[in-house]
Amino acid sequence: MKILLDKVNVAGINSLDVYRANGGYASVEKALRKMTPAEIIEEVKKSGLRGRGGAGFPTGMKWSFLDKKSGRPRYLVVNADESEPGTFKDRYLMEHIPHLLIEGIIASCFALESNLAFIYVRGEFKWIINILWKAIGEARDAGLLGKNILGTGFDLDIVVHPGGGAYICGEETALLESLEGKRGNPRLKPPFPAVVGLYGMPTVVNNVESIAAVPWIVLNSGDAYSKIGTPKSAGTKLISACGNINKPGVYEIELGLPVEEFIFSDEWCGGIANGKRMKAVVAGGSSVPILPTELILKTANGEKRLMSYESLQDGGFLTGTMLGSGGFIVYDENQCIVRNTWNFTRFYHHESCGQCSPCREGTGWMERILHKLENGHGSMSDIELLWDVQKKIEGNTICPLGDAAAWPVASAIRHFRDEFEWHVTNPKEAMERNFGIREKIEVAV
Amino acid sequence: MLAVKTGKQIEFSAEALEKASQIISRYPEGRQKSALLPLLHLTQNELGGYLSVEAMDYVARMLHIQPIEVYEVATFYSMFNLQPVGRYMLEVCHTGPCAIRKGEWLVKYLEEKLGIKSGGTTPDGLFTLKEVECLAACGYAPMMQIGERYYEFLDTPEKVDQLLNELRSKMAQSN
Repeated sequence: MKILLDKVNVAGINSLDVYRANGGYASVEKALRKMTPAEIIEEVKKSGLRGRGGAGFPTGMKWSFLDKKSGRPRYLVVNADESEPGTFKDRYLMEHIPHLLIEGIIASCFALESNLAFIYVRGEFKWIINILWKAIGEARDAGLLGKNILGTGFDLDIVVHPGGGAYICGEETALLESLEGKRGNPRLKPPFPAVVGLYGMPTVVNNVESIAAVPWIVLNSGDAYSKIGTPKSAGTKLISACGNINKPGVYEIELGLPVEEFIFSDEWCGGIANGKRMKAVVAGGSSVPILPTELILKTANGEKRLMSYESLQDGGFLTGTMLGSGGFIVYDENQCIVRNTWNFTRFYHHESCGQCSPCREGTGWMERILHKLENGHGSMSDIELLWDVQKKIEGNTICPLGDAAAWPVASAIRHFRDEFEWHVTNPKEAMERNFGIREKIEVAV
Repeated sequence: MLAVKTGKQIEFSAEALEKASQIISRYPEGRQKSALLPLLHLTQNELGGYLSVEAMDYVARMLHIQPIEVYEVATFYSMFNLQPVGRYMLEVCHTGPCAIRKGEWLVKYLEEKLGIKSGGTTPDGLFTLKEVECLAACGYAPMMQIGERYYEFLDTPEKVDQLLNELRSKMAQSN
């Protein structure tokens, strides 16, 4: 069942006319003319929709925290800073069916009683920023944005805001800082954005995909949405599949689909490329624990692993992982886990904002130790040191970037310790095996 | 590394000034500092692909903020170049999902082809090669960003050569 991408292949669906001819903006008509803000929030709560950016926090609950009593201006900020390695789903949605996001923003802002919304798009997506401005212009000309929308007295403007190239701005409070024209340093919470957000005002920050699900919920009811998927993972999810598979791309799945089917069915990933065997999967963006084949296909109890929040989490971090952002990376048997972990750690080191010492210094330490191990200069004690450093980052930072940097390292050691040890005991092979790296070797530590 | 001081007076074209004031007007009254990131993008595009000290000071004056408020932001975000760059920035993604699908090969091939190391600029000033972190194109690897466009599935020498040739002839035409 598809509810976000069901019409994505209709020719010209990126234009307002075609989008409306296919039932687009019906939820705006219904919300503004026939529903109250409280009723919409209730439907979103009933739907069981969980934040699609990665954390999975219930969207309706987030909305209900928004401070409306103080009478200060309220803002909706859509997080389109998509930067988690492995994740390229929001880009697909905005590029191909931009009006779905605009429609979702209008219905959501009516519910939140907000008259100004921002879409914070990563700056590299310049063409998507243009697509969104065009869609906003079309909607404005049709009376769907601006003053007195559809004659109902509701006013709304949308501003598309480009980021500057910083993964950390996907974290909601860093995003707000960035939107205020500052460095993307995450804020301490509490206070939460629902009370003190953009410009100090009550603010809801939602992922693109979450907001895009709102029109369907408004039209079909929260109950109907909650019946899709599993009881704890309602609805559909966009999964961006990549790595060593035959059919990389963006897929909308009903939550609860077996992982094995997702990877090997021709309807989805189409199996492992080049006839190779599967080695490991990172199921929800680079931050979530990597799992070896046997644990991603089945839980530790031998149950079939499903594409859902609860099934992927089954076993905690010892044997499970997370659905995260839906960035699904598949590794074949030729891929080196140590090298991949070094690569991810380099990413987190580069993207750390530098506010908290454990993250600023720890990510650098991890990168250097991993570089050493990967290039055949490591010792067994380096593996223990690496474990120790990641442990000291986790939970000791203002924002979750520290955890996001620690988890891939911890899970790689947990499930693939033999590969780390192999790099220590076979230094010559460790160096030679790496195509193209020899010329680049600088012994970093 | 903080930016270059050129000693040149910065002046936007009338068209760019119009764009700038339109950007500033998008934000609520009294929140004009929000326009900083979009203005820095505009400035970098207008003034040859990088931000000099004078360019950043110019933006500070436009927004009535202190120069340091611009410097601290420009140095934080990876899209702003604080040193002159080539006419075309080849920004190759080297993060995990690209790396396992010939992303590392693409960097190496470009280094050989252009005769420069990652981070360098060709002597003719045409190309700067830069490795960047994830650009959200993981399923379409290997890839690079050039200016405002993504070029994806660059998995053979032929595809890369063709792209470089197109850029060269585009440059020759514009001269």
